[in-house]
Amino acid sequence: MAREAGESMTSAKTPGQLAGQRIRRREDPRLIQGLGTYVDDVKLPGMLYLAFKRSDMAHGTITRIDASAAEAMPGVELVLTGADLKSMLPPMTVYASVPTPERYSVAVDRVRHVGEAVAVVVAQSRYQARDAANAILVEIAELPAVVDPEEATKDRQALIHEGFENNVALSTGPSGTGVDPEAPPADDAAIDEAFARAEVTISQRMVNQRLAPTPLEARGVLAHYEPGKQSLTVWVTTQSAHIVRSLVAPALGMGEHQVRVIAPDVGGGFGCKTDIYAEGYVTAAVSKRLGKPVKWIEDRSEAFLATTHGRDVIGYIDLAAKRDGTILGLKARLIADIGAYQALWTAEIPTGAQAMLSNVYDIPAVRSELVEVFTNKTPTDAYRGAGRPEGIYFVERAIDMLARELNMDPAAVRRKNFIRPEQFPFTTQTGLVYDTGEYARLLDKVLESAEWERCKAERDAAQAEGRLVGLGLAYYVEICGLGPSSSMPVGGWEHGAVTVERSGTITATTGSSSHGQGHETTFSQLIADEFGVPMEGITILHGDTAIVKQGVGTFGSRSLVVGGTALKLAAGKVKAKMATFAAQMLEAQPQDMVFRDGMVSVAGVPESGIPFADVSAYAYVPVPLPAGTEPGLSEEAFWEPEGMTYPYGCYIAQVEVDRETGEITLQNFVGVDDCGTVINPLIVDGQIHGGLAQGIGQAMLEEVVYDGSGQLLTGSLMDYAIPRATDLPPFQLDRTVTPSPLNPLGAKGIGEAGTIGSAPAIVNAVVDALSPFGVSHIDMMLRPEKLWQIMQGERS
Amino acid sequence: MIPASFRYRRATSVEEAVAMLREADGEGRLLAGGHSLIPLMKLRFSEPGVLIDIMRIPGLTGVREVDGGIEIGATTTQVAVEESDLLRERAPMLAEAAEGIGDPQVRNRGTLGGSLAHADPAADMPAVMVALDAEFAIAGPGGQRSVRAGDFFQDVFTVDLAEDEMLTSIRFAPLRTASYAKLRQKASHFAIVGVAAALNLEDGLCRSARVAITGLSTHAFRLPVVEEGLRGRRLDADTIAAAARDAAAGVEQINDDLFASETYRAAMAEVFVRRAVTAAAGRV
Repeated sequence: MAREAGESMTSAKTPGQLAGQRIRRREDPRLIQGLGTYVDDVKLPGMLYLAFKRSDMAHGTITRIDASAAEAMPGVELVLTGADLKSMLPPMTVYASVPTPERYSVAVDRVRHVGEAVAVVVAQSRYQARDAANAILVEIAELPAVVDPEEATKDRQALIHEGFENNVALSTGPSGTGVDPEAPPADDAAIDEAFARAEVTISQRMVNQRLAPTPLEARGVLAHYEPGKQSLTVWVTTQSAHIVRSLVAPALGMGEHQVRVIAPDVGGGFGCKTDIYAEGYVTAAVSKRLGKPVKWIEDRSEAFLATTHGRDVIGYIDLAAKRDGTILGLKARLIADIGAYQALWTAEIPTGAQAMLSNVYDIPAVRSELVEVFTNKTPTDAYRGAGRPEGIYFVERAIDMLARELNMDPAAVRRKNFIRPEQFPFTTQTGLVYDTGEYARLLDKVLESAEWERCKAERDAAQAEGRLVGLGLAYYVEICGLGPSSSMPVGGWEHGAVTVERSGTITATTGSSSHGQGHETTFSQLIADEFGVPMEGITILHGDTAIVKQGVGTFGSRSLVVGGTALKLAAGKVKAKMATFAAQMLEAQPQDMVFRDGMVSVAGVPESGIPFADVSAYAYVPVPLPAGTEPGLSEEAFWEPEGMTYPYGCYIAQVEVDRETGEITLQNFVGVDDCGTVINPLIVDGQIHGGLAQGIGQAMLEEVVYDGSGQLLTGSLMDYAIPRATDLPPFQLDRTVTPSPLNPLGAKGIGEAGTIGSAPAIVNAVVDALSPFGVSHIDMMLRPEKLWQIMQGERS
Repeated sequence: MIPASFRYRRATSVEEAVAMLREADGEGRLLAGGHSLIPLMKLRFSEPGVLIDIMRIPGLTGVREVDGGIEIGATTTQVAVEESDLLRERAPMLAEAAEGIGDPQVRNRGTLGGSLAHADPAADMPAVMVALDAEFAIAGPGGQRSVRAGDFFQDVFTVDLAEDEMLTSIRFAPLRTASYAKLRQKASHFAIVGVAAALNLEDGLCRSARVAITGLSTHAFRLPVVEEGLRGRRLDADTIAAAARDAAAGVEQINDDLFASETYRAAMAEVFVRRAVTAAAGRV
């Protein structure tokens, strides 16, 4: 329901320009008709199936594994334990700047969370594999489970990993920058002075709870080692085929040139699909050992136990301010429950929460500390937003509490503290450099769109009648366009290649890999505009290391910003070369060539035009060959951004709480986002809708719960609620457009925005609704019973 | 999510289904829509040796009027219940309850008889049937028998149905002044508590009432204290509130789980008794 009004700021459109148009996704007809090809749709002759036997205990020592019954079962080809696999695979790769515990794909002698793999069965069918896995007897001597991250660091708790005293995985700060554990301690004098000068302080413990990413397509791998060619092909549902290749090749003692990784259609990722995971390493190693194709497809029960979780950060937040609402300083002590191991990016994620603690505000002193703690739970890793939702949530809750304390309009308190347009590029006290932003302008727009004053009056009138209506506002900024390489262990660039074929159609490859983002549509629009041709003749290929020369992948809302720019640059190179051929044909100068409406012509002489396809045909049979030119039309580009982009936005939620049940009705949701230049507004809206659903889901529906012995209580979709369309109201969305100066597109990224701003908007609204009961903070998820208890408290 | 091995058989008549159950000797389970049984099998909580598919048995599906009563075949899907004009007109509580079950996919496959025979403690339809005082037709090796809904539901997943018997149809007297209200568990959409209220109203007075609850305890059952509080009275807000007040009083074994504590469930029993009775009384 986005309105087009906000798009008037985009650069002037030429007739026929596709960028900026709401074009329906080219990939949807196949995906919604069941004509896509996901990993499980790929079937090879002689393919074997792999199943895992998993620990049903949270913490313990493996004392005995008896696989004899399983080995004797029909169709079983191979049973391997952790000890067997230890000789086949090295410890798994972790991108962390701190020491991490050695972790093998399958537990060797100790299990540390429910669902950790302890043995592997390979059989001729998926059913035989599962039956045989169930028949493996595993005896585990139970150790005390460590479940509470704050208790975990205290003495006399069980130690999960040798060498990690008090179960501390990482401890930073106190630091002003937070993101760098090597950084010198922050200037405590500044923060101490801020709190000394404070006329009002806010102090609150908040929990940003654990979530399960739950892509509709769970994980899956098909590995095919061909002994004759000594090559391995891996089909895997991943966000980054190239990262997977860089992980799996060395683990198998192979070169990257021997390994081809293919991400076919991918049914969602949300951050949990960049790692190859234990299951991917094992499937590939088993295929190599047997010389046969081997498939593993995760089922939903396994996904809850063994796919990484997200969030799970406790924040102790202190805010110092003046009575006019000016924020003087912010202190944060963050405790991240990372689960039993470091997965690929685990260590880095909570540092993102630290980095975001200034949000859109000019806070003169920020100090944060972070402790990452091992517990006997599934490891955490990136989940849509990956650190930003946690940090922004803490700030947006604290500033809302400040507004309530000062009896100020929550919009006014925020406005008072905004970084002003003339301060950009702005370096926060947490060490980030924001590119551009007009925060007050966007706030004006969202307040106008929501009719804020009318909303407040209606809320007040409803509350006067005894109805529990609340309004919540939350502002966010986030980090997108991940790069440059100095910030990324896998490189911060992206690769694009464009070939104009002989026939005049275009094939392009991108190292950024779609798992729902609509690359085939957005990138076709970009390239079509570059050449002045219709997008129907353009094919975008991604997610195959044999076709896409190089790549980093899709995460951190970087596809358009970094990947789109690489494609635009590659297309520009091809176009320049094509102009040389066209100039030869038209007996004119290359710099005078105009590409438009499928024709190439001399500037100012449209009737000189020759068909685009005639030029491409000539380029491949160049008689004569223009001097100093090679035949053909195929170019590539790597693009490395000089810095990250910082999209931002503001959301307003109106809720009503049922006084009798504590149930929340989300009555209205209004948002304005600024993601820089928009190529396809329909896809941008879709990204915002999905993000909002997952942020609202965190606030109202989703929570991974373990019991005191480390057993997962929310292990199915009957117990763990993911948001559905019926849980959500229509969204009223709009935009401002403040192009980023850091890339030629002016794009900033939008994939995670909705998730980041919506959760605090909902919580702020519910706290507002329950303010008659004297409540100032409620932790997510906002279970009806939790709200009901707050209301009971007042009655008793 | 991979079930254990089982044998699949398809019955073409009720007699054949019963014979197959008998042959299976306790290892057999009837398969209708499969939306309760198959998830349990995938989790290996249930590992029947034989599944006997009854979905193709002629005559087991449909909503019809019989002798002034309404009869629903056991394999009638929940969506057919939801969309039945006859039920919307003459027993709207059924359509109301059906449309709150799961999601469209579940309602397209799941059957009324399957839900009743499965008897999940939090299923909606058992409460509806108990409140309607429905009569369940059951076929077994010795022929037909019938049992009242209130006697059918006995305990957690436990009903008055022998291993070689099958539920074939449900019959009840139509009633407009009945309503079902529930508090949904957010993930499954099962009832945290669900209350079915069926009222016999005459001249503005409640001559009698049957009020049944699901989700509160082991199975669906009536709440006599509430019914007594409504009987013979004019159903104004105060009367309904007074009758609902002790809805959960005396109920042993109130469920306490991740989704709702015992205290909250008991409090919600009161709230949803009030809502169901108020809605039913408003249907005159």
